[in-house]
Amino acid sequence: MTGAEILFKVFEDQGVKHIFGYPGGAVLPIYDELKNHQQIKHILVRHEQGAGHAAEGYARSSGKPGVLLVTSGPGATNAVTALTDAYMDSVPLVCITGQVPTHLIGTDAFQECDTTGITRPCTKHNWLVKDVDKLASILHKAFEVATTGRPGPVLVDIPKDIQFKKGKYSQAKILKKNNGKFNIKFNEEKDNIKKAVELIKRSSRPIFYTGGGVINSGPKATELLREIVYMTGFPITSTLQGLGAFPGSDSQFLGMLGMHGTYEANNAMHDCDLMINIGARFDDRITGKIDEFSPDSKKIHIDIDPSSINKNVNVDLAIVGDVKLVLKKLISSIKEKNPNFIESNKKEISAWWKQIESWRKKDSLGFVNSKEVIKPQHAVQRLYELTKAQDTFITTEVGQHQMWAAQHYKFNKPNRWMTSGGLGTMGYGLPAAIGVQVANPEKLVIDIAGEASVLMTMQEMSTAVQYKLPIKIFIINNQYMGMVRQWQELLHEKNYSESYTAALPDFVKLAEAYGCVGLRAKTPEELDAKISEMLSTNQPVIFDCVVDKEENCYPMIPSGKPHNQMLLGENDNEDEISEEGKVLV
Amino acid sequence: MIKSAYSFSTKKEKIENHIVVVWVDNETGVLARVVGLFSGRGYNIDSLAVAEVDKKKNISRITIATSGTLQVLQQIKLQLGKLIPVHKVADFPKNKKTILREMALLKVVSSKARLEKARKLCKKYKYTILDKTENSLVFEISALKKEIDELVKKLQPLGLASTSRTGVVAMTKGSTIYK
Repeated sequence: MTGAEILFKVFEDQGVKHIFGYPGGAVLPIYDELKNHQQIKHILVRHEQGAGHAAEGYARSSGKPGVLLVTSGPGATNAVTALTDAYMDSVPLVCITGQVPTHLIGTDAFQECDTTGITRPCTKHNWLVKDVDKLASILHKAFEVATTGRPGPVLVDIPKDIQFKKGKYSQAKILKKNNGKFNIKFNEEKDNIKKAVELIKRSSRPIFYTGGGVINSGPKATELLREIVYMTGFPITSTLQGLGAFPGSDSQFLGMLGMHGTYEANNAMHDCDLMINIGARFDDRITGKIDEFSPDSKKIHIDIDPSSINKNVNVDLAIVGDVKLVLKKLISSIKEKNPNFIESNKKEISAWWKQIESWRKKDSLGFVNSKEVIKPQHAVQRLYELTKAQDTFITTEVGQHQMWAAQHYKFNKPNRWMTSGGLGTMGYGLPAAIGVQVANPEKLVIDIAGEASVLMTMQEMSTAVQYKLPIKIFIINNQYMGMVRQWQELLHEKNYSESYTAALPDFVKLAEAYGCVGLRAKTPEELDAKISEMLSTNQPVIFDCVVDKEENCYPMIPSGKPHNQMLLGENDNEDEISEEGKVLV
Repeated sequence: MIKSAYSFSTKKEKIENHIVVVWVDNETGVLARVVGLFSGRGYNIDSLAVAEVDKKKNISRITIATSGTLQVLQQIKLQLGKLIPVHKVADFPKNKKTILREMALLKVVSSKARLEKARKLCKKYKYTILDKTENSLVFEISALKKEIDELVKKLQPLGLASTSRTGVVAMTKGSTIYK
């Protein structure tokens, strides 16, 4: 078998059905071999970053690893943003890069770059293959590393001569333990579960704080999360990445927490006496001022990644393991000791719920609607109302629209919400939507976008058209980089330096130029009809939703403040933000 | 006063010095992964010593002298443990249970009288003379980092021309080893 044949044999053995890629000199033998593998479909993107985000969308909506194939040099460097994005958000990706022939490595050959050097800090691991006989085992290991433990991207760099060379194929080895860290399941130790049950029993102001780890752990973890939340009657809040693990429309759900989270979620986090963190990582957008973060609580942290424990916030009880295995143990342990926990516990936490309800009354996601202009929040709400009956997949770009989508679109299922949280990559949503649509061909896929973000990867509309992927690009168009503008308003005396896009394209004409459908809504009256028109179009659509230019995203934890000092709206800005606070992003 | 929604801490924590020992697969790029982790996450490397220790299993041992708060030191160990070619990570306490050693080669170029003076200074430590000419001496010294620091300082006025140091290596005392 040649190296290229070995690569496809591994793809087949690993169950790969789709590859996102872009050909080039150093991967031509692989592209030549593609014709012999009808069961693997290649999606030709327009830019390697698009391949990476599409693979991310594919992975996050299907639970399977995303595969991308790019050439050496610029092909590899263009994929770096997507790899970094996947690394930050724990998305399993396998990136195959071509490399110049072995004998030319180090000579500054045409389209040569130090791919493994460049991608070392943004992958879980990477390999440069110098021996064709090791290719199969390296590729199998790459899939294993990407998908086990805390998932993430890996990269295999294959020089062109290795793709031509004949070598031996080897099957995937199932390794229980490899250097002591793959296949982290759950090792119950030191009565961890018992201690957790004790803390749960003793708490009177508890809260579940859940994140993307629940979704990464699979559908079973989501079921178990719902079970433990219902059996305890505790309130639950979620990070941006965890949305959908618990039904967004349930009354026990307090909404998202963090910088643009709800008033009730953030205050509950601040005032709780027991915080149960499941698969979240105490990110700085979540904690606010770290020294005043939830000062009086005991903290339990369940995470598959041991390095997440005590990284940002010291916790009282750490349970390292896969969320579904830990939750299973925890639930059976609670059931065993307190079969009727919810009833016996109701009185304990009733005052806490009362307090939460009073915070809820603030209606922190409320906004002043308008009859003249479309308010962005209103646009997301209408989109939600008109699509909630269907199984809808939402991706986003990064900025205000992303936060409005997280606040006003309610997710009831996991794997329906794909957004760039850790890296905050503008331009993520459109290619991600392509990947989601490839993985879920019959489903409705919408990218809730900003007009600035979407222009960063707009070329991928061409991909959507080529493969007849009917993605809907719903642009909340306020002509500003809205989040930049908002921060400039709050922190830089309204000096809107370079945050206004003066020469935007006509998105309707742009859609037509790409060969898809363009729609525009300018007033609240026509919004519903236009959204319905978009939904009934079985083609890719670019929807230009012209909204209020200067709407800000609230509520908000301003710079330098803890959870319980949120800004609720324009008139809530009595405290000036300190000089030190301005320094922080 | 720093008001921070982010990761600035107002608490001043004690910086500690530790020796972290890492057993890794001896493969291309492994040192870059370890060192890149330190630079990428802003950890300190005070010294670094690395060599293959098990030819059959293809294992190298990396000894890193580092410093940071306890939280940072804990992170260093956990982050190192996540690297794929890393087999195990150990934190050697700087106390009586640990043997710490550093080797140095010191070349002194000087007059005969001052070379003799230099030799006397070195007497305090175990030393070997590896090379000798009319006007130069090369000493091999094996000692604690602090001791070599002192010696270097004293040899400077006597014509110390070149210094080469290995960085600290460590071993536990007694029969215990890190598993």
